[in-house]
Amino acid sequence: MIGNHSLERLRPTIPFQAAMLALTVMLASAALGLADRATRQPIADAVAADTRTSLAQVLPTDSYDNDPTDDVIDARDGDVPVAVHVARKGGVPTAVVIATRARGYGGEIGLVVGISRGERVLGVRITRHAETPGLGDKIEIAKSDWVTSFAGRHLADPEPAKWAVRKDGGAFDQFAGATITPRAVVAAVKRSLELYRREHATWFALRKPS
Amino acid sequence: MSDYRKILRDGLWDNNMIAGQLLAMCPAMAVTASATNGLGMGLATTAVLVASNTLVSSVRHLVPSAVRIPIFIVLIASLVTLVDLSLNAWLHELYKVLGLFIALIVVNCGILGRAESFASKSKLAHSAVDGLAMGIGFTLMMVAIGAVREVLGSGTLFAQASLLLGPAFAFLELKLFDGGALLMVLPPGGFLVLGGLLAAKRALEAGRQRRGVVVAQSA
Repeated sequence: MIGNHSLERLRPTIPFQAAMLALTVMLASAALGLADRATRQPIADAVAADTRTSLAQVLPTDSYDNDPTDDVIDARDGDVPVAVHVARKGGVPTAVVIATRARGYGGEIGLVVGISRGERVLGVRITRHAETPGLGDKIEIAKSDWVTSFAGRHLADPEPAKWAVRKDGGAFDQFAGATITPRAVVAAVKRSLELYRREHATWFALRKPS
Repeated sequence: MSDYRKILRDGLWDNNMIAGQLLAMCPAMAVTASATNGLGMGLATTAVLVASNTLVSSVRHLVPSAVRIPIFIVLIASLVTLVDLSLNAWLHELYKVLGLFIALIVVNCGILGRAESFASKSKLAHSAVDGLAMGIGFTLMMVAIGAVREVLGSGTLFAQASLLLGPAFAFLELKLFDGGALLMVLPPGGFLVLGGLLAAKRALEAGRQRRGVVVAQSA
């Protein structure tokens, strides 16, 4: 144990300062590394449970008997990696849920878009976002029912030019004080519908129903 | 004890983080569009503030003054990350509500401010109480700014409080009127309300001082 006296003498020396700084950073990194290891699995589980919940919210309950959380195809929409969850009933695909992302005001927005075989939107839910509390966060179903305005839409309803927020001459409401957020979500839903139209034949041929 | 009374008084009023020291302007402007958000940010910050003050105070004899600031920043940032990870893993429902705020705590200069100006020079118990007092004072101001902005801007009070505090607190959610002045929800509203609250605090203190003078003269 170092006495208070020798500590007082050591403290102003540069090697001691460097060592203390290094020690602090090492201890902090170790603590963060351990915490990351300890929390990685619980966080992954919690996120999977969230995915299951949000998939269930955008798929009609009687439309599938598989677990779409695991029945997943990795696809790309341009340069955005998307996960395509396939809902099947009796092995036959009935719908897909595209888990995609949009670039919002405060960073990335994760959303799931349920699409029926008739190319209609079954539902849209936001899975994660970092939009401004009180403004952009109205895309969450818990805060506003805005996101339900997509249900039943397809690429011809509204017409392609109207797939935008009202401020841009489109058919979807924006929020007071937040335009970038809903604009990003509207664009992502439209892109998902277009992706489905282009790719669904490939997806459904990809995996033989078990 | 008078030590603790002074610390509490400092944190809650005299030296209030927002209204006295004018620190923590980033969260005070960014997340006070509603009273509930102010409360969430305030509570999360209070927890980090108590922990960081305690930690900084307990290592204060080891930290050389020339490198104290980087060391405090590393400690605070690590602490916030630990809170962020643990909440995400084990209190996931709460994380989905508070998660937005937690990363923002790092940019709260009030926390470094307390580490630097109080915890690095004070006893462990005093530092912990100071963290608590500063945190509560911060929370009260956040809720006050949030409440004024929310009422004027959205016509509601404590909207979505049940998401933060649980369904038992749904009674807090009030709807006063439709619409409201958008300006108050946008960033300028934060500055206007903060200015108003600061002026009110000064007026109150000035009034009290004047009365004190009158009493002293007549005695």
